[in-house]
Amino acid sequence: MTKLVISSISPASSVQDGGRFGAQRYGLTPSGAMDRLGLAAANCLVGNAPMAPAIEIGPYGAAFTARDGAVRVAFSGAPRSAEVGGRSAGWDTSVTIADGETLKLGMARGGSFSYLAIEGAIKGEPTFGSLAVNARAGLGSPYPRPLQAGDELGVSAASAGPERRIDLPAAGAGPIRVTPGPQDDEFSEEAIKQFLDSEWKISATSDRMGYRLEGPDIEHLHGHNIVSDGTVNGSIQVPGNGQPIVLMSDRGTSGGYPKIATVITADFGRFAQIPAGTSFRFRAVSMEEAQAEARKFAELLRTLPDRLGSIESFDLNVDALQDANVAGVAVSAMDAGTWQAADALVQENF
Amino acid sequence: MVPPRTPPRLLPSGDSAITVEFSRKIDDEANRRVLALDRTLAQEPIAGVTETVPTYRSLLVHYDPTEIDFPTLGRKLAQLAERPVSSSERSRLWRVPVAYGGEYGIDLEDVAKTLGTTPEDVVARHIAGDYRVAMLGFTPGWSYLSGLPETLHMPRRQNPRLLTPAGTISVGGVQAGIQCLAGPSGWHLLGCTPVRTYQLHREPTFLLEPGDRVKFYQIDAKTYAEQERAAERGEIIAELVRQI
Repeated sequence: MTKLVISSISPASSVQDGGRFGAQRYGLTPSGAMDRLGLAAANCLVGNAPMAPAIEIGPYGAAFTARDGAVRVAFSGAPRSAEVGGRSAGWDTSVTIADGETLKLGMARGGSFSYLAIEGAIKGEPTFGSLAVNARAGLGSPYPRPLQAGDELGVSAASAGPERRIDLPAAGAGPIRVTPGPQDDEFSEEAIKQFLDSEWKISATSDRMGYRLEGPDIEHLHGHNIVSDGTVNGSIQVPGNGQPIVLMSDRGTSGGYPKIATVITADFGRFAQIPAGTSFRFRAVSMEEAQAEARKFAELLRTLPDRLGSIESFDLNVDALQDANVAGVAVSAMDAGTWQAADALVQENF
Repeated sequence: MVPPRTPPRLLPSGDSAITVEFSRKIDDEANRRVLALDRTLAQEPIAGVTETVPTYRSLLVHYDPTEIDFPTLGRKLAQLAERPVSSSERSRLWRVPVAYGGEYGIDLEDVAKTLGTTPEDVVARHIAGDYRVAMLGFTPGWSYLSGLPETLHMPRRQNPRLLTPAGTISVGGVQAGIQCLAGPSGWHLLGCTPVRTYQLHREPTFLLEPGDRVKFYQIDAKTYAEQERAAERGEIIAELVRQI
């Protein structure tokens, strides 16, 4: 059988898919991709279902080698340099790794997680309908733990056919949008204002379970213990030390700290991509706006195939991006804003 | 006469979930209303609702905002929560074996000292409790029990432990717990059970349901070892005493 061998891989890399839903009532965390758009785009490029299992790659580099056949893969999410058999490839594209060839991916730039989808998807034994790794519960397939060098994934041999690229809308650069609650009444108006008006940073101790935030202390009105209740992706808990924790894909299904606000569905993946140490802000929106954005996001995922194009036109993009850099627009890995600027210039050049 | 009941609060948990809150405290009456609404939603599903998560005092209702919006779902949930709660609740009673003290429950001696009594008396008090599974959460199979005798109420540990063993039987505050997987805990460890409340590739994968009742009984080290081996093979060690 054709295999994709992991030659090296960043820590915090694992097989992830749409997640494991339906058993949160028993304490089973859903897991699943941190950035669903990145997962869906990578899968779309190789003709898989949007939430098919793929490799979620942490911030550092990775290398994959095809064995016993050629393997078609695609990458999306946080951009990186990509090189297969010595040829460089553009981001948000598919490439075919010939038998014995190696695909090398660099460090993530301006994001945290990238997705490597494999044509025909990853094969394994689903539990509760998912291959997603949940290391704490010993779940996930083919390995119930983060991936490491030497792991081998059974895959389908690459089909013939042209490589593709996908044109994704530029990620929003504004504040991360939240809806207040469910326990915003555990905080004073001043505390909520401080939460919304302050600049926050993601702590280096963050992981797939939760992102710890660094900023001013948010004070509680009635102490920090509430009777545990249910959590969602993006719940923003404020523990006793006043430093909020945003619950992510590997969250506990219940928690006992007041939740001041919740990241909206449409911004969850964008939030998950903010690298540790990078500053950002929150902005409160109405439920109407949050739900309208959730519907737009679902529509974006549904219509991703309309955004596929042939690989030739991508080469123009690479040239344009180089032109942008030559023209003096420095692209900083730490500042998503400069990515936006470079993107805008590329568009103008067209 | 049905006593007047306060309507639940409908709290938004982002754009894809609503917390239906019946109480802010640990309260068996509120928990019964949570479980009643949970059952109603299982029997009469609302299109767009994807999953429900009962807790002590609230029901978290996950939904798909492309199928139903917050005000529409909120109105429907408020109506369903008005339904009377049957007083003869269906419940199952499980007998759960526990090896107490020593290596099985490293806090038993300290708990006895704190309460000014003997370890044997702490075990007797723990066994005397009539427990109800109020919720499962945190990690797979972690069962939060109400019904801890008041004589065992005590604050949680100052310093939570980062790792406590699988099968831990513990108490914290006014709650008792059955912990399935190894993990962090700030509760006081009284013993260990060979019962797995969660076991993959076993039918059922999850043993306890919210609303189930639990009685503990004491086993010795030899029985623990035997039952532990049987549990590893996938046997259900807890005894189902009755199903009402």
